[in-house]
Amino acid sequence: MIRLEKRPTPSRFWTLATPLLAVILTMIAGGLLFAFLGKDPLEAIRTIFWDPLFHPQFASYSRPQLLVKAGPLILIAIGLSLGFRAGIWNIGAEGQYIIGAICGAGVALAFYPLEAWYVFPLMVIAGALGGWAWAMIPALLKTRFRTNEILVSLLLVYVAEELLASMALGLMRNPAGGGFPGSRNLQQYPAAANGELIAGTGMHWGVAAAFIAVILAYVLLNRHMLGFHIRLTGQSPRAARFAGVRPNALILICLGTSGALAGLAGLFEVAGPAGQISIDFNQGYGFTAIIVAFLGRLHPVGILLAGLLMGLTYIGGDLAQFMLGLPAAAIQAFQGMLLFFLLGVDVLTNYRIRIGRTEAA
Amino acid sequence: MDLSTINPLVLIASLMVAATPILLAALGELVVEKAGVLNLGVEGMMITGAICGFAIAVETQSPALGFLAAMAGAALLSLIFGVLTQILLANQVATGLALTLFGLGLSALLGQGYNGLKPPPTGKLDLGPLGDVPVLGKVLFSHDMIVYVSLALVVAVWAMLRYTRLGLILRAVGENHDAAHALGYKVVRIRLAAITFGGACAGLGGAYLSLVRVPQWTDGMTAGAGWIALAIVVFASWKPGRALLGAYLFGGVTVLQLNLQAAGLAVPVQYLSMSPYLITILVLVIMSADRGRAALSAPACLGRVFHASS
Amino acid sequence: MKFGSILAGVALALGLGGAALAQDKVKVGFVYVGPINDGGWSQHHHESALKMKEHFGDKIDFVFQESVPEGADAERTMTQMALSGADLIFTTSFGYMDPTINVAAKFPDVKFEHATGYKTADNVSVYSARFYEGRAITGFLAGKMTKSNKIGYIASFPIPEVIRGINSTYIHAKKANPDVQLSVIWINTWFDPAKEADATQALLDQGVDVVLAHTDSTAPLAVLEKAGGYGFGQAADMAEYAPAPRISSIIDEWAPYYIDRVQAVIDGTWESVNTWHGIKEGMVGIGEFSEVIPEQVRIEAESLKEAISAGDYHPFTGPLKKQDGTDWLAEGEVADDGTLAGMNFYVEGVTGDIPQ
Repeated sequence: MIRLEKRPTPSRFWTLATPLLAVILTMIAGGLLFAFLGKDPLEAIRTIFWDPLFHPQFASYSRPQLLVKAGPLILIAIGLSLGFRAGIWNIGAEGQYIIGAICGAGVALAFYPLEAWYVFPLMVIAGALGGWAWAMIPALLKTRFRTNEILVSLLLVYVAEELLASMALGLMRNPAGGGFPGSRNLQQYPAAANGELIAGTGMHWGVAAAFIAVILAYVLLNRHMLGFHIRLTGQSPRAARFAGVRPNALILICLGTSGALAGLAGLFEVAGPAGQISIDFNQGYGFTAIIVAFLGRLHPVGILLAGLLMGLTYIGGDLAQFMLGLPAAAIQAFQGMLLFFLLGVDVLTNYRIRIGRTEAA
Repeated sequence: MDLSTINPLVLIASLMVAATPILLAALGELVVEKAGVLNLGVEGMMITGAICGFAIAVETQSPALGFLAAMAGAALLSLIFGVLTQILLANQVATGLALTLFGLGLSALLGQGYNGLKPPPTGKLDLGPLGDVPVLGKVLFSHDMIVYVSLALVVAVWAMLRYTRLGLILRAVGENHDAAHALGYKVVRIRLAAITFGGACAGLGGAYLSLVRVPQWTDGMTAGAGWIALAIVVFASWKPGRALLGAYLFGGVTVLQLNLQAAGLAVPVQYLSMSPYLITILVLVIMSADRGRAALSAPACLGRVFHASS
Repeated sequence: MKFGSILAGVALALGLGGAALAQDKVKVGFVYVGPINDGGWSQHHHESALKMKEHFGDKIDFVFQESVPEGADAERTMTQMALSGADLIFTTSFGYMDPTINVAAKFPDVKFEHATGYKTADNVSVYSARFYEGRAITGFLAGKMTKSNKIGYIASFPIPEVIRGINSTYIHAKKANPDVQLSVIWINTWFDPAKEADATQALLDQGVDVVLAHTDSTAPLAVLEKAGGYGFGQAADMAEYAPAPRISSIIDEWAPYYIDRVQAVIDGTWESVNTWHGIKEGMVGIGEFSEVIPEQVRIEAESLKEAISAGDYHPFTGPLKKQDGTDWLAEGEVADDGTLAGMNFYVEGVTGDIPQ
């Protein structure tokens, strides 16, 4: 009988080796899936993992796009990871992302067409405040009425989506847009545009913010009292209380921070790559970021890598679709498999496999 | 505007149909969470159930077989989650979300070729003269089998959790898996069984969408119903009766807002569209404020990894 | 590890524009907003594209990508298609407008065709269909076929296309039946079969017996089949629901246009155009009138279709007033395309407000 034995400390070797193992297993399982669909598995795997980085025709374009795609995922996931470590479940980052975008774009549209240096900084503040405020709803309901934050944050996503549609169709509709939904395009409003910082690199302020967030989160968790409180609360809420942690304050801080970061991600997206408030502005970054946070084991550096990997499968998946004619559904299933394997083999990091006598669990 | 055209009895009959998929999925997830497992993959299991049920019903021309296949298919999918989280001790939140992603992709692949087909009709349960009873006939006795199954399931889950040994064990596992283990209960097996049950329920709910409520197959047709089911479980504070209340409240407000629009109520549409979510939150706030700490009845081990270290 | 290669790619990235490879065969790309089997909008673009591919056979290469979200993802998909050597790219959703213009500016040698938008460039055409012509006929049929004098309209989003459809439906239902009342339900989505089914049920519960849908799935027809009442095929013929509840349909016929435009690229005669075709050119198809429609009504509907097709009758012909009672079109006056393209008001008699 095979059983698992907990390691005293996570294995260093397997911490590094498990992601590779997972990717290899995914390639095998995914290859079978693609072969079953009548495609050359090797070519499909190469198109997804290799071509976005090294294909002579695409790579120069898709490498920067990797940052564009991964930036918001990392930024949101970093915020979420703080709460998740403390057992505070913000499932509604998607809603905070939307509200951040609406608030940021609202500032821009209010100033339009003024060209002033302070427009963009004000938008950033508005975006962060918007996301923060939207996250404060579940936070305050939880601290005041003990309402479950999973439910409230999740349902508020749908409310935010309705607000977004209403904004795109009403208040923020482009007056020069011929009656069609959607706001003015902020890419064409220089004072508000979140363009590339260095042309051709994909680096915009949102990506920069994501990197900064990674560093700050690392410092916070390892060097700061608050980080210690967060980790302690996650491990043992009772012990945390004895150590002087105020649970309500922690709830407000964690939900607020994750909301603000998600709001920032929304603002940078609407002012940059997306360009405008439209009915379908949100693309599920807020939900995908939850996966990214856990794939990265709630560790800032892990989240950075997980975000890039997720971005790679999106971009490679796109390529595989139109180069090889793979259905989008196959790519989705493939991403699901990758996540399963990444999560599954993680067991090797914390546990040793023992083969011995039956020890029923 | 003529609100008198809204007949409350017709409305109740419509909301029962609209709420059945989320009620079924929520009941399944409730049992899973009572066992201490948080499976966020309800949406993925529902959509997989929707296509499995649809495909088998079309192939065999038997809705009953379709519903069984839906339960089997979604249960099988839920076992992926079970193996990953219970045996390989993977994180439940992430695995559940991955399951949703995988289920959406898988169902679209399985469903290729089933678009635009019509499933065999699921007959209404013929309750003879009961259907003709004035007032109650339309509300209570004019539905298809699955609506009654879902109601029976509410009672069954409630009775099981409250009065049976199985329910006791399930709750013990969810409240304190280490203690349950020490008492000799097989935590992992019990949880796997609960997860499978949850998958089957979600699959049944999905098939109700594709075989009765809509009825047709299209990619992504659950359109977020699984997430609502998850919210309903929390709303219900893990009590089956309140899951029924929650699902019918949500379904009711959804149907009511469409009826209000059809009747020409002069309220901006987006506020009406938001209303199901806002009212659900509001009711929960009132209930949790009322009961103070009692509302915090989440199973203590919910979402925590169990590893028998002895 | 990934990081180094990203930075290494920076230099390469600067030479973006000239990367498209020269190829002998014309390569045609399609970008769809939904899955290719959504039963509605994207499926019909794809089916038309496949007809186009069949027409040309091996003379062209055909690539497509489905379920592409609007915004940044669309821009990436189009750029990658252009980089892969596509000569002509059809972007088939309104929300692709700005991304199409952006990418077109980077690839002056690649031709773009954007559906339902209004921004053109030297290498960007726009094309759209006059679905309101079809709605005139289905509206007329709805007015004739209703017994309760209540018809319902399931609307997605308040954009000019949908508002034109509601107005055209109402005007012609009223012509067929002066007592008709129209109820509009906005469901704020293009695609959510369960919600479409619920909305249909809600309309039926309110005494409506003919339902017109401006959303993509067959859910309304499926509900009507169970509960009784009439409806119409939308985007596709949906003949599997004929003869009832589906009594006719509005069909998206993009294939002739696609064949035309690809041929133009092959011939080297492609020019930027602004196309708005209707029944006459075959871009809007009207499905067969089913046998449950009384013969007299069928003949009248047929002659309405003929009149529109021949250009003798415009669905928006005065006298027409706006909802608030102000004059819009005088006797015999015909609406101009500019007003129609940006239509944001109801005509007199439609109740309720357009959501803002």
